[in-house]
Formats: sequence, structure tokens, C-alpha cells
Amino acid sequence: MEEDNREIFNKNIDLKMWKKAIKYLAKYMNHVIGIVIAMIINAATDAALPLFTEYAIDNFIAYKTTEGLGLFIILYVLLLILKGMTIYTFIYLADKLWHLVSHDIRVDGFKKLQELSFSYYDRNATGSLFTRVTSDVGRLTGIISWGLVDMIWAISMIIMMTVYMFMKNVKITLVVLTVIPILAVISVFFQKRILFYSREARRYNSIITGAFSEGIQGATTSKTLVREESHISDFEKKTDDMRTASIKTAVYSGLFFPIVSVLGIIGTSLAIWQGGVMILGEVITVGTLTLFISYTLQFFHPVNDMARIFARFQFSQAAGERIMALLEADIDIKDSDEVIEKYGNITSDMPVPKLKGSIRFENVSFRYKEGEKVLDTFNLSVEPGQCIALVGETGSGKTTIVNLTCRFYEPTEGTIYIDGQDYKTIPLMYIHKNLGYMLQAPHLFSGTIMDNIRYGREDATEEEVINAAKMVEAHDFIMKFENGYNHVISKGGGGISTGQKQLICIARAIVNDPCIFVLDEATSSVDTQTEKAVQRAISKVLHNRTSFVVAHRLSTIREADRILVIDKGKVIEQGSHEELMKLKGHYHNLYTSQFIDDSNKDLFGTPEPLPVED
Amino acid sequence: MKKYRLLKQFLRGNKAAYIAGIVFMIIAQLLSLVNTFIIGVVIDSVIGDILPEGIAYKGLQLLGGKEHLMHNLWICGLVLVFFSAFEGVFMFLSRKYSAIAGEGIAKNIRMDLYEHLQNSTYLYNTSIKTGDIMQRCTSDLETVRNFLATQFQDLIKCIVLIVASVSVMQKVNTDLTLAGFSLMPIIVLGAFFFFRYVSKKFLLADEAEGVMSTVIEENLSGMRIVRSCATQSREIEKFIASSLDYRNKDLKITVAFAWYWGLSDAICQLQIGVVLVTGIILAVKGEITVGMLTVFMTYVHNLIWPIRGMGRVLGDMGKASVSLGRIQEVLEAPREPGRDDTGLTPKIEGNISFENVSYEYTDGNEVLKDISFSIGKGETLAILGKTGSGKSTLLHLLVGLLPYEKGSIKVDGIELGEINKRHLRKNIGIVLQEPFLFSKTIKENISDNNPDITDADIEKATSIASVDRAIRNFEKGYDTMVGEKGVTLSGGQRQRVAIARTLIGNCKVLIFDDSLSAVDMQTDKEIRNALRKHCADTTTILISHRINTLRQADLILVMEDGRITDRGTHDELIQREGLYKQVYDMQSCVLDMAKAGE
Repeated sequence: MEEDNREIFNKNIDLKMWKKAIKYLAKYMNHVIGIVIAMIINAATDAALPLFTEYAIDNFIAYKTTEGLGLFIILYVLLLILKGMTIYTFIYLADKLWHLVSHDIRVDGFKKLQELSFSYYDRNATGSLFTRVTSDVGRLTGIISWGLVDMIWAISMIIMMTVYMFMKNVKITLVVLTVIPILAVISVFFQKRILFYSREARRYNSIITGAFSEGIQGATTSKTLVREESHISDFEKKTDDMRTASIKTAVYSGLFFPIVSVLGIIGTSLAIWQGGVMILGEVITVGTLTLFISYTLQFFHPVNDMARIFARFQFSQAAGERIMALLEADIDIKDSDEVIEKYGNITSDMPVPKLKGSIRFENVSFRYKEGEKVLDTFNLSVEPGQCIALVGETGSGKTTIVNLTCRFYEPTEGTIYIDGQDYKTIPLMYIHKNLGYMLQAPHLFSGTIMDNIRYGREDATEEEVINAAKMVEAHDFIMKFENGYNHVISKGGGGISTGQKQLICIARAIVNDPCIFVLDEATSSVDTQTEKAVQRAISKVLHNRTSFVVAHRLSTIREADRILVIDKGKVIEQGSHEELMKLKGHYHNLYTSQFIDDSNKDLFGTPEPLPVED
Repeated sequence: MKKYRLLKQFLRGNKAAYIAGIVFMIIAQLLSLVNTFIIGVVIDSVIGDILPEGIAYKGLQLLGGKEHLMHNLWICGLVLVFFSAFEGVFMFLSRKYSAIAGEGIAKNIRMDLYEHLQNSTYLYNTSIKTGDIMQRCTSDLETVRNFLATQFQDLIKCIVLIVASVSVMQKVNTDLTLAGFSLMPIIVLGAFFFFRYVSKKFLLADEAEGVMSTVIEENLSGMRIVRSCATQSREIEKFIASSLDYRNKDLKITVAFAWYWGLSDAICQLQIGVVLVTGIILAVKGEITVGMLTVFMTYVHNLIWPIRGMGRVLGDMGKASVSLGRIQEVLEAPREPGRDDTGLTPKIEGNISFENVSYEYTDGNEVLKDISFSIGKGETLAILGKTGSGKSTLLHLLVGLLPYEKGSIKVDGIELGEINKRHLRKNIGIVLQEPFLFSKTIKENISDNNPDITDADIEKATSIASVDRAIRNFEKGYDTMVGEKGVTLSGGQRQRVAIARTLIGNCKVLIFDDSLSAVDMQTDKEIRNALRKHCADTTTILISHRINTLRQADLILVMEDGRITDRGTHDELIQREGLYKQVYDMQSCVLDMAKAGE
């Protein structure tokens, strides 16, 4: 999800959001105080260094003596040691604060993600949720901790330089300080624009990255359609946009630094003009003049820092708002107060009672937020151990039925009963812990095969795991790995075929032993032999369990106790396989197409898997 | 030296700006030295009583002499502002032209890579790993751009500064010059080794971040599994562990940086101190003036940070070279021959013949053996064969994705190899089995923004492909975005959009590489009927496993292990034993069963 730069740019600073973010610093108050002290001392040393030159000129050089030079050197070295130490301290503390607070916010965000309902996941793309807990957090906490560093330094530096200058000479100080407001205005003006265009450039950069990835993956298609030229010219437009934004960034910063440094020189000239006259009148010394010169040459650093922080705060605000929105999002589906009162607060690591598994939908309607009705006064009654196959086109409402059963969503109207009880009055964890769910694309976690099979029940013994694997005919191929059950599945599941992954997922479901099982069957093809094994495994896991299957395999469909053909949120045909075939309707057409393709698989083998992006 | 040539290639069209950037930068640097010098002269010879020499003297005379200036110090201030404004102008020009050159270079590299990837051979495209190439096109590119546009210029700037400062300082006082550079080697080497050392630590932290990212990704994509297994608390533990590990690795870098910046800053400050103290001693002896001491101090002050940066640039130079090499590898990948304007561009009618065509992969594995057949304009050829029987390879030869070496393929009697590839593919359209749709709107996917294609053309193509209604059912109709930012089309919808996309080209030959596999049989039939009606003159080649799809073809080829093992019409083929009859028997049996309601 692309953030709109323009919109964010004009927003005023939202103090509420920053207050919430700054609360995360409370735990690390000692770090914050440490940074403040280190920065004040650091600014003091920075401001004090020109004083050494002044002293040297006015004392050693003016009186042509090296007396006291030893002490001078010792003091200078001590000062630079002190400066080095403050640098060490603030980098250490600010960076540490950044990482500590990032970790804390990340963990809170992740915890929240574990509780949020699926309706939230529908509204927010996974990619955007991912960025929230990773780069957005980094950006927000980065500006908090480093912003603190820069701000304290800049403020102390300006104050100290001003104080030193006033102590030396009020008139020159007043004259040269006139430059500061102009510097501030110019810095704010430029910093905003520089940041804006650099964000633009970054946005184009990600567009270009996307274009590269398409260009690579779609290369064959481009060839066959003879679209290389048009793609190249599309791509050129994107790179031109990127170039324009980048050059604009550079032009603004290229204008900014010279203007600021000329302003600094104007300050210097003012100092020379005013100071020179005073030296001639012996009101000030040459050393003092050099002090003014170095200060005026350094003015723009702190002013510029302030402007930069100001601009970055405005831009990081969007990241902060996204994180806070996540942390404060409402959880739609959770145990009601009554349920909590009756059962206590059930968390995922507590044991729960077994359910029997009868399910009844009574006049259930459902619509996604602000959407059309996906399910309309739906009624269904399932006895424990029955298997229901759901058949129909994509978007017909099959998945909705499954989601409602799992209580990933709750009905908009009507009631769902589990074991005769309105399932909203049962703790969510009771339902989920009795539930098995298998996705279209088999999902494995990084870790060993053993970990994956016992994923749902950590206390399962090794024997139970092996038995489950044997039951689904996965044992043999697992044992072929060098480390057997300890074979590590890396990200993306390298070394294991899709079919084998499916088998492992089924084994996981068996170990979990749920009373309600939901299967969103895969359409993707696996090799014939594994396909057979998967079919046998599925029929084993369905046995004696209340189950809902979004079915694609004929073997599964035929084994079901009841088949529901769903179209536009309604059941249009229902019954056993034989009954539905006799109807010669929708099911009949689907079945014949499907069966021919299925039997072709036996004869021809499945198509070679196409290269998938890794 | 190949790499050098590559750098020159990337610089094309930007040389003038690149050089201008460097020249302006040098001028700006020199002017900044002049500015500092003016301050020194003013302190010494206008405010102070030291007699100026050389240019300084001439300058003072030009402005009215010491006495005049002393009473009108604002003139000195004005001169200073004037020179620094000049410096500012050149600094701006330098930054502007460097940016133009740098971004131009980046654009060149991007365009070269993209263009090359579009025009590389089919075999290369299918052999690469997207992730690896992506990295070369993004982070390696950025490394090279950064080196050319920033680091190299910084290096020159640093050298210019050193040479110019030294020559000015040398004239004023040799001892102080030596003192001014006494600690510089330590500063350069320190930066050089530190950044080499810390880049390894960054790798470790990156890995830890990768592990953490995986935990989040797997958790988000497997959220339903997590919920149904009720393992939230364990997931949280797992995440905390990975986030902590990442945090701790980052903290190690923090400590390293804290030490480095603390120490190196102290050393830099010490260098300035060395100049100051030496300067004091020399000034006391009367060997240097106050003004010149401030000039020295400022010069050293302005040199020290670029020099520290130079150490880092030198440390990073190896990386730039590696990245350049990785980009070079992509640019040296084989290009598809015959894509330029050479070759014949005959009017193609759609008569196709294969004569003794064989094809083997580079590893010597023969996938097509001695293939011969011919079909005339407007006829339909169907191919049945198992996976790996070579049927897709045959089609890839026909559209020139793969080069044939043995035998002869003729289109309207003209040798296919002699026909311009773009011309060939504009006339012979192929729908791949797993077509790739671009993340644009459906309309743009079909029309490719070609102004000659009207909405009516698009609708005609989509209605032949039986996908018109499905598209209209989307909220935004034809303007629906495909892919991540829009709707996810089902496999069948993707295939049908791809068919429409190919139909829009009005090809004389249409090839369907099993591209109806995800469409149900009813729709399959509708599409074929529409094709017969609207594209009667078009030669059609179909690969399918469905007898119903194949049966109406004028010629059916049965392929096994790279050979044509049988050929004929449907009626002929079901008369004899073989793969075709086997498939036919099975499928009709199924259909009968289905009809009977089992």
C-alpha cells in the first residue's frame, strides 16, 4: 500500500500520536537522561573548542610567550577526550534506545496481530502489516531516539554559542545573530522539499523494482506477444520519473547548502566588519574576532539540524500513525464479558475440554464489512462425524461457510450452534483448540519436520508423531532425509515437494486430533503417486470427524456424506453424489469436466511444475 | 578491462555533465580555499600590520590600499561575500550536474539491464532465478551508481583539496604543513579497516533480521493455521526470540560504531590541536602570522572529514567492483538473434510444414526426433502426448523461442529461420499454459495501450474467449487491476484473458499450448465454437488432453518420447490401437458413466 506523500506532507504534527509513541521511552528513562547529559556536554565541548584558539592568539601569540602552553595542551587533550567520551556515550545510548524501543513496539505489534480478527486481515494486505512491524517501527523509533540526540545538541549548541558570544561582545553578537532567523526559515523551506522529493524518489524506486521483477518473470510472454518495445518504453517512463525526482532532490539540496553557507559567510563578514573596527579601537582582541568567525561559520549546523528534525518528524508521522492504528485496532471477535466471567480468560496455552462436534447453522446471513451479502439465510445441520463437501465456483461463498464454522468470522445475522450451544457463548479457544484446518497451499514453518508435525500439540510424543506420519504414508520419504524427522525445512520449504508438504500438514492435523476438521482442498497438481497418498491420507483424517471440505478432488467429494453445491451464497443443489448426478444439473457438468481431467492425470502424468519465484 | 568498457557504456550521454560536475566541484573547492585565505589576509594585513605579499598585496592595492580598507572594513566583508557567493554558485552547479550525470548513469544501467533481459534468449530467461537477478538489478546497481556518482567524485574532491591546500600551506610554512598532516594516515587507515570490519557485522545483523522477517511472514501467511492450532503464545515466544537476537546483533554494531566515532573524532580533534599548538610555537617565534594560523586551522578542519570519508570509500571500492561484475554477467547473457530489422517480412498466410526437424538441449538430450508434418491455411492441428513428449518444444520452435538446427520448418514455403522474429510472432500467436498477466488493468493487458485497438475490438476478443461476462462482473470492469494491487483471477480466468490478449493481434496462426486446461469443458467448447466462427481462416494448433477438444481437428498428431507415433483424423485414430484410442475409450467411458448417473 503506497503512502501518499502529498497528503502526509501537509499534515500538522499530531501530538497525541507522538505522546503515545514517547510512552515507550518510559522504561528507558535512564537512557534518555544519559543522552540528554551527553549531548549537552558534547555541545559544550564543540562550542568551547574555538575558545582555545582565541586564548592562544590573545595570550601566547599576542605576548610572544609559550608560558603555560603545557597546561593549555593538557586542557585541550582533556577536552577532546571528554568529547570522544560523549560521542561514544550518545551513539551507544541512542542506538541502543532505538533498538530496545523498536524491539518493544515490534513485540507489541506482533502480539496484537495474533489477536486481531480476520476481518482486519481482509482490510489490510499482509505486505502492509509486515512493513508496519518492521520498517515502520524502525522509522518511528529511529526518529524518536536520533531526533532526541540532534535536538538536544542543536538547542544546547545555539544557546552556548549565543551565551559565549554575548559574554565577549554584545554588539557584534546582536549584529551576527540577525542571520539566524533567515537561516531557520530557509532551512525549514528546503528540508521539507528535500525530504519530500527523496521520498518520491524512493517510491519510484520501488515501482522500478516491481517492473524489473515483472520484466524477468514475464519475459517469455513479452516475447511471444512482441511487446518488448512497449515494455521497454513503459520502463523508460518509470526510470525517467525516478531520475526527475532524484535530480529535484539533488537540486534542492544543491541550492540549500550554498545558500546556507553564503549566509554563514555574511555572518562572518558582519563579524569582520564590526569586529575589525573594534579591534582597531582596541575594544576586542584578534582572538575574539577569530572566535566570532568560527562561530558564524558553524551557525548553520544546529539550525539545519533543527529544520531536518522538524521535517523528519512530519514524515515519520505517517509510519507512527500506521503502527498506532495497528496497536489500537479493535478486535471484532473475542470472548464476551459474560464468557470471560464464566470461564475465565482462556489463553492459547491452557488445556481445554473436547467438543463433540455437532454443528448447526440457523438462518445465517453474512456480509463482509460494507459488502454484499455473501451468505443468505443459510441453514445446515451436521451430526458429529459427518463430512460435508462444498462445491461451487470461486466467490460462491464456500470459503465463507468454512470461515464461519471456524469462527474466524461471526454471522451478521442468525446463529451457529456447536454441540447445541450458541458458539458465541463458548470461549474462542475451546473452539480453536478443537479445530483442524488445512489450507489450499500447505503451510509449513521453518524448523524440523518433527516440529511441524507436532506444531499444534507441543506435548505430542515422538511416537505419536511417527505414527501419524506412518498413517499418512509420509514416514518413508521422511526417513530418506539424512536427519529423518530432524530434517530442517528452510524458508520456502526447499527439498520437499508440494505433495509431501501436504502429507506433513495432514500428519499435523492427525496429531492434533481435532473434532472438527476443515479442509480447503488444493487444486494444484502433484505427481500421481503422491496424489494417491494424499487422497488416502485425507480420507483417513476425515474419518469420524465432523468435517467441511471445500472440495476439488472427486474422491473426496464422493466420500462426503453430503454435497452442497453453492452459488451466490445459496445452496442450489444438495445431496449425495448419486442423487446429484441424477439431477443432471450444475454438479453433473462440474463432475464430468473434473473427472476427465483427473483421469488424464493418471494417464499423462501431471505437467512439469513451472518455475516459481523463490 | 572489460569492466572499464562497461563503465564507459554506462556513462554514455552523460560524460559532459559528469565532467562538468567534477570541474565545477574543483572550482568550488578552490574558491573555498581562497575565501579562507582572504579572511587570513584581512586579519593579518588590514586589521593587523603585516605587509602583504604577492597576490594579497595586489588585491589590497586594487581595493584602495590598507588605509582605505581599514576605515571601510565593510568592503572586505563584501569581497568575502562576493567570493563565497561565487563558490556557492559553483557548488550548486557541481551538485546539479553531478546529480544529472549520476541519475543519467543509473538510468542507463537500468535501461541496459531491462532491455537486455527483455531481449535475452528464452533459454536464458527460463534458467535464471528471479531473486538473484533482482538483487543485481537493485542493490548491485545502487552500489555501482553510488560509486560512480558519489564516491568517485568524493575521491577526486579529496585529492584536489589535499593538493591545493598543501600547495598553499607549503608556501606559508613547511613545518606547520607537516604538522597538519601528521595524523592523517591514521585517520584514513582507521576508517578503511573499520568499515571493512563492520561490514561483516552488518551481514550477521542482516541475517538475523532475515530470520525475524521469516517468522513474521510465516506467521502472517499461516495465520489460519496458527489460530486453528491455537499456538499464538508459542508464536509470540518464537518472535520475541528472533527479534531479541536481531536486536542484540544490532547492539554489537552499535558498540563498534560508538567506539569508532568516539575515537576517530578524538583523533581528528587532536590533529587540529597539533596544528594549533605547533602554530602557537611558530607564531611565538615569529615564523607565522595569526591570520595564516587561522587559515591553516580552517584548511585542516575542512580536510579532515573528507579524508576520513576517503578511507571508507577505499574500503568500499572492492564491493563496487564485485557489483559491477555481477551486473556484467547479466549483460553478457546471450541475446536472442534475429530480433532487429534483418530477416524477411513476408505476408503470412498460415501454411506450415515441418520436415525432419530434431531438437536437442545443450546437454545432448534429444527432445524432438525427426518431426515431419504439414498443415494448410485455416486448418486445425491437434497434438496429444504425455508430459515430456516434446509437444511444447515443438511449438516453441515454431514461434522462434528456440532455434532449430536439424531439419527445416517452413511458413508459406519460406524457411522460418530467415523470417524476422518480431514479424513471425506478430503473425503466429501463442497462448502459454500458465500465462503471465502484467500488473496493469485487464484492458491494458489485452490492448497494450495500442491506440489502434478500440474497445469494440477488445470486447470482441474477450467474448470469443468467453471471459467478457466475468470481466464485467468485476467492480471496475475492464479497468480492474490484475495482481497484487487488484483482483486475483482464477486459473481459468487468467487463461481466458490470455487468449483474448493473443486474439487481439489478429494472428494468422494461433497456438494453444494446453491453454484451456483450467477451463471447464462447457466453456472450452464455447471458446472453440466461437473461434471456428470468427477465425475460420486462421490456422490453429491445439495441445490438449481432452478428446472433445481434439476431435474436430483436421490432423491429430500423437507424440511419445519426442517422436510422432501416430497421426490422422479422429475417426482414423479411434480405429487403431494406440495412445489416442486408449484415451478416447477412457474418456468416453467416463462420459457414459456420467450420463448414466453412475
